Amino acid sequence: MTIPPRLRRTLTLLTRDVSFLALGAPLHLFTGFLLFMIFGLGWEIIEGQDSSVPVVLGFALLLAVFSAPALTAAQRWRFRRLLGIDIPRPGWQRAQRQYGYHCLVGILLGGLEVLLLSLLLTGVAATTVYVWIWGVSWEWRADHPGYTTQAFYVTLAGLAALAAAPALATALVRLETYVGPGLLGPDPSEDLARRVVDLTESRDGIVDAADAERRRIERDLHDGAQQRLVSLALNLGLAKATLTDLPPEAREVIDAAHREAKDAIEELSSLVRGLHPAVLDELGLDAALSGLAARAPLPVRLRVDLPQDPSERVAPAVEAVAYFVVSEALTNVAKHARGASRAEVTVTRLGGILRVVIADDGAGGADSSRGTGLTGLAQRVRSVDGTFRMSSPVGGPTMMSVELPCPR
Amino acid sequence: MPEVRRAVIAEDSVLLRIGLVKVVEMAGFEVAAEAGDAPGLLAAVEEHRPDLAVVDVRMPPGFTDEGVRAALAIRQKWPSTAVLLLSQYVEERYAADLLAANTSGVGYLLKQRVADVEEFIEALRRVADGGTALDPQVVAQLLVRRSSDPLERLTAREREVLALMAEGRSNAGIAAGLVVSESAVAKHINNILAKLDLPRADADHRRVLAVLHFLGVGDQP
Repeated sequence: MTIPPRLRRTLTLLTRDVSFLALGAPLHLFTGFLLFMIFGLGWEIIEGQDSSVPVVLGFALLLAVFSAPALTAAQRWRFRRLLGIDIPRPGWQRAQRQYGYHCLVGILLGGLEVLLLSLLLTGVAATTVYVWIWGVSWEWRADHPGYTTQAFYVTLAGLAALAAAPALATALVRLETYVGPGLLGPDPSEDLARRVVDLTESRDGIVDAADAERRRIERDLHDGAQQRLVSLALNLGLAKATLTDLPPEAREVIDAAHREAKDAIEELSSLVRGLHPAVLDELGLDAALSGLAARAPLPVRLRVDLPQDPSERVAPAVEAVAYFVVSEALTNVAKHARGASRAEVTVTRLGGILRVVIADDGAGGADSSRGTGLTGLAQRVRSVDGTFRMSSPVGGPTMMSVELPCPR
Repeated sequence: MPEVRRAVIAEDSVLLRIGLVKVVEMAGFEVAAEAGDAPGLLAAVEEHRPDLAVVDVRMPPGFTDEGVRAALAIRQKWPSTAVLLLSQYVEERYAADLLAANTSGVGYLLKQRVADVEEFIEALRRVADGGTALDPQVVAQLLVRRSSDPLERLTAREREVLALMAEGRSNAGIAAGLVVSESAVAKHINNILAKLDLPRADADHRRVLAVLHFLGVGDQP
């Protein structure tokens, strides 16, 4: 016999929900039982009947206090094992919420759980009324002549209860998952705060790792490929200078190779500069920026107002972003700013903020929402919690302003 | 017959060192010693007292500015040895340090300039003769720093001439670089000196000093 998939699913869910609720009931009602005992014993003390009562009361109170962590652990296990909801370990600092759960919410939930389980059991019993009724003594049946009609109604009621049970069980489980984790687990806002700290740290780590990687690539290119290229260009230059008696075709080939080699060096240098130039680490932002400004294809006025003392240098990650911003901005000015005849770069530090402003006198109309250059720039600024602003009205001038936090 | 001038070469990349030796020999120097790091260079200079030291800036063990510091030490201890620094990148602040200590017989070029053999040989000789050879990029950086003042009064051509003067070139060198006559160069130079209020000096070297000083590096001429 095959079970239809839908029914199978309902049955699986019902099994899960019922196990969850059946496990919950004793856990929830345990504290209820304890509280009932405590009140009862308290009442007995007021009545003043038995001298051993205070000892029992104290024991019950201690049990109520110290059972809470075990109950919480059991509840967490119940949630994880049956529903796959992982509630983080709350610790003692969240005690009052846990007691609230175990002594108030839990008891109410326990009551509902008992009701639902009884509904289910009653449903089963009522539906199977024709089976067990044969176990009842024949005198009873003889005394109740209309029992088959009654049993028919009982069966109907049982079927109705069984049909309602899965939905009710699901609803109760949902109620528990809504209430439980919040009270049993750590405070969600604490959780969020911890997550923010974690994310900030991991992001800083990623930014640093990316910088380190750029530095490594820069060094590898400098010490490897670039040295070889310079050596190649030098040898070609020597050939050009010494082999003067070669046929003109051969000289032309050497000439072309020499030029190619020099162009390759130039391209490699500009690639390296875009990555993370060594001068940035060795001499700082000011020196690295003057190199950039000098190489720009249009006149750049550079004003850098930073403390000269190396101990007051801003964090390397921030320096790298500032450098990248100026590098990209000047490239953009050269490429896209129509009619720009000059650019101005100003770097200042005001307290904990490093401010980089790049302005040009071009025709304006730059749109930061288009073009990956500006998007990448804004992303890199955001990676160190900086802000990126750009104003470029049609007709110019264009001004880009970046502020990077740099705590001392 | 004039005495053959001697040179010492400090460069950690063996490949490049071999090439450098060839070029320096082509320029008419005898290579007295080769070194792979700064202490080796200083020992070689002390031993051979060469006329010229060709020094890579980035050398072991730190791979930062060992060459610059060695160059400063050489200029101070053995002033008769001219120093030509080669670097992967040029930085005006190093140039300022070098020129502040002693302005004659100093060169500071991008490493890749060695590929232009003839110009490089010219620079080697100029530095060994007590002149200056500054990389065009260093000069460009110096100009960036001073873009707000009397420089604005110069014409584009005059700025080009000024840059070439700052590199340490002679009138003939400037004329060849710009493909103009030497008399035109002389006229430009007169205009520049007048506009910038610089003293007229006949010797190339003193003129370079005046220009560099104007650009913010080096001694008072």
